Amino acid sequence: MHNTGQILNGSEIFFECLRRENVEYIFGYPGGSLLKVYETLHDIEDIRHILVRHEQGATHMAEGYARATGKPGVVLVTSGPGATNTVTGIANAYMDSSPIVVFTGQVPSSLIGNDAFQEADIVGITRPITKHNFLVKDVRELAITIRKAFYLATTGRPGPVVVDMPKDVLAATCPFEWPETVEIRGFKPTFKCHKNQVEKAAHKIAKAKRPLLYVGGGVITAEASEELRTLAVRYNIPVTMTLQGLGAFPGNHPLSMGMLGMHGTYWANQSVNNCDLLIAVGARFDDRVTGKIDAFATQAYKIHNDIDPTNVDKNIKVDLPIVGDSKDFLATLLEEMPEKTEGHESWLAEIEKWRKKCPLSYSLEPDSLKTEFVIEEVSKETAGNAVVVTDVGQHQMWTSQFYTFMNPRSIISSGGLGTMGYGLPAAIGAAFGITDRPVVLFCGDGGFMMNIQELVTAVYNRIPVKIFLINNSYLGMVRQWQELFHKEKYSFTDLGDSNPDFVKLAEAFGCKALMADNPENAKKAIKIALDYNEGPVLVDCRVVRKDMVFPMVPAGGAISDMLLARLNPKTMV
Amino acid sequence: MKHIISVLVENRFGSLNRVAAMFSARGFNLESISIGETEDPEISRMTIVTRGDDQIINQVLKQLNRLIDTIKVTDLTRQPHVERELLLMTLKLSKSTQHEIFELINVFKGKVVDIKQKSITIEVIGSPDKINTSIDIFKPYGIKELARSGVVAIHRGE
Ligand SMILES: Cc1ncc(C[n+]2csc(CCOP(=O)(O)OP(=O)(O)O)c2C)c(N)n1
Ligand SMILES: [Mg+2]
Repeated sequence: MHNTGQILNGSEIFFECLRRENVEYIFGYPGGSLLKVYETLHDIEDIRHILVRHEQGATHMAEGYARATGKPGVVLVTSGPGATNTVTGIANAYMDSSPIVVFTGQVPSSLIGNDAFQEADIVGITRPITKHNFLVKDVRELAITIRKAFYLATTGRPGPVVVDMPKDVLAATCPFEWPETVEIRGFKPTFKCHKNQVEKAAHKIAKAKRPLLYVGGGVITAEASEELRTLAVRYNIPVTMTLQGLGAFPGNHPLSMGMLGMHGTYWANQSVNNCDLLIAVGARFDDRVTGKIDAFATQAYKIHNDIDPTNVDKNIKVDLPIVGDSKDFLATLLEEMPEKTEGHESWLAEIEKWRKKCPLSYSLEPDSLKTEFVIEEVSKETAGNAVVVTDVGQHQMWTSQFYTFMNPRSIISSGGLGTMGYGLPAAIGAAFGITDRPVVLFCGDGGFMMNIQELVTAVYNRIPVKIFLINNSYLGMVRQWQELFHKEKYSFTDLGDSNPDFVKLAEAFGCKALMADNPENAKKAIKIALDYNEGPVLVDCRVVRKDMVFPMVPAGGAISDMLLARLNPKTMV
Repeated sequence: MKHIISVLVENRFGSLNRVAAMFSARGFNLESISIGETEDPEISRMTIVTRGDDQIINQVLKQLNRLIDTIKVTDLTRQPHVERELLLMTLKLSKSTQHEIFELINVFKGKVVDIKQKSITIEVIGSPDKINTSIDIFKPYGIKELARSGVVAIHRGE
């Protein structure tokens, strides 16, 4: 710990600032521009540096940590290639509004712009995928910039912030000053919702015959699950959630409709179609949710609460926009609501009919394994209380359908960008932050190979992530689209001949590994994996190869276009 | 519809780039953009001319506001304001056209900034409409080169 006024060099200031921001972990990778920083780091004990094996892994780990804990994730990488390797992770955090701060080394100030060795204009490159970014030109600006970076990343709608630090700035000295408060005149997010608007919303909700809550990740960020639950239960309003919103409301509650949208439940989508009042909270009407805009919730009066005004009236024109923090919105709403409203029995009965008509189901055979079964078993065994991380693809959508999320901050999944390779590092990052709940990863065989190197990070740090490799030997989700919409031309999606032996591969990394290919041995393997806490464990789940995720609303389609089963039932599973 | 948006931004490297990049990333129309320091050297004023229906303009305003470097965003279109643009133009000059050109410069309240044997450089200041008209009118005499500043605009005082 250093005092203010003490003369420090840039690297010492860097760590002193992180200390004051209560940073526990840095996910990083050294290089030429950061040598001074790593020199200082050598003697630092109260902040843990986790050496990743690829800078993309560091960004996803930081995001996994941030999503699981609600605290900002921190990345440290060198200039040039180190910095450009973070781009996908930054874009991912931007799309899913995750608070991460990425520190990049930069070539010495005097060389910037000269095509110097390992120079990349990372501030220019990341401008459209960060909430904001900075190039620090003077060591005296370093502390205030770091303070601003954390403040911006975590305040209002969270997002990634990049701080680019030239090598000479990290070596230069100045008296250390820690600004206790930050003032950024161009950044004043609206937390408090407009009272009149909330009153109006309460009025509408009280009168609605067929209300529906449509809830996104904003409710989780705002930590407003309790208010949401009170509102839904007290007034008998069904709740549907986006991928990022899952867990905001307990999945086993009769009022939970599960996820809506492209692979949402039949009854959630039917409810959207038929509701007379849609209350969107912390959600952004993403195209994977709405499908065809003109056909989305056409009968509904639409209320939309979001902390980011740009989300309002962006994709869908709403009737009652309410900009502000979702917790403030829901809490104020509860104050404004009358004691009692009508119970919506007939509306709930109607929904129940849809639920019965097209439940989520799958067939179980004794000698083959289904992804749905694996996920459902893990859900039961963890009582819906695990932190569940996914990669991108079919297994991701099945996770949304078959894992019963009971708590907020329980799903960590790449929604906005859809980044394959996200899952493994994100799960490791989550497990650094969360040690009192199991961290489970469902990952496709395609995506697993995209950041497999991070298995080393998990093994070395004895991170007990439970990896369920959903191995269909296909780029399954692309195969699904090929089958449905591209004349069954299975172009470059069959991995059957090229996949490695995942059990041997994991073992080569020093990771415990098991194989499962039927319900019985899968059940056993799941138990073993959940009980094993010495380090990571991988279960190679050899699932049926050509399974399909239904229901599915084709891209840009209306809910009435929803597919419930294969177009060509003869296609072999 | 055309909108004139006035934006106060931090006078910092990259601010202009952030605004311009946001327009291109989101596919907004950007007809002109001009920037200069204000009475406060830490703040620059940007004047942006864009087109779009109400919904688009609404998004433009909100997205501008969302940028951290923007301090204040005002749509001047429906408020009392003055807008001006500067035109610099070099025309071919000959004995036969000389007289008419000078007359037209007077009509547009323009100024001669430079004159050579075979060319004349003039400046015209005015609303974008006036600038457009003056370009149309001078065209037949032979425009050798032309530069427009883009619009700058400001609220009318009380
Ligand atoms: C980095 C990246 N490249 C390509 C894609 C396109 N894509 C989406 S899903 C998918 C297939 C994923 O296959 P796999 O990881 O095996 O999961 P599965 O769908 O089989 O469960 C692909 C290629 C993507 N989302 N991300
Ligand atoms: Mg696969």
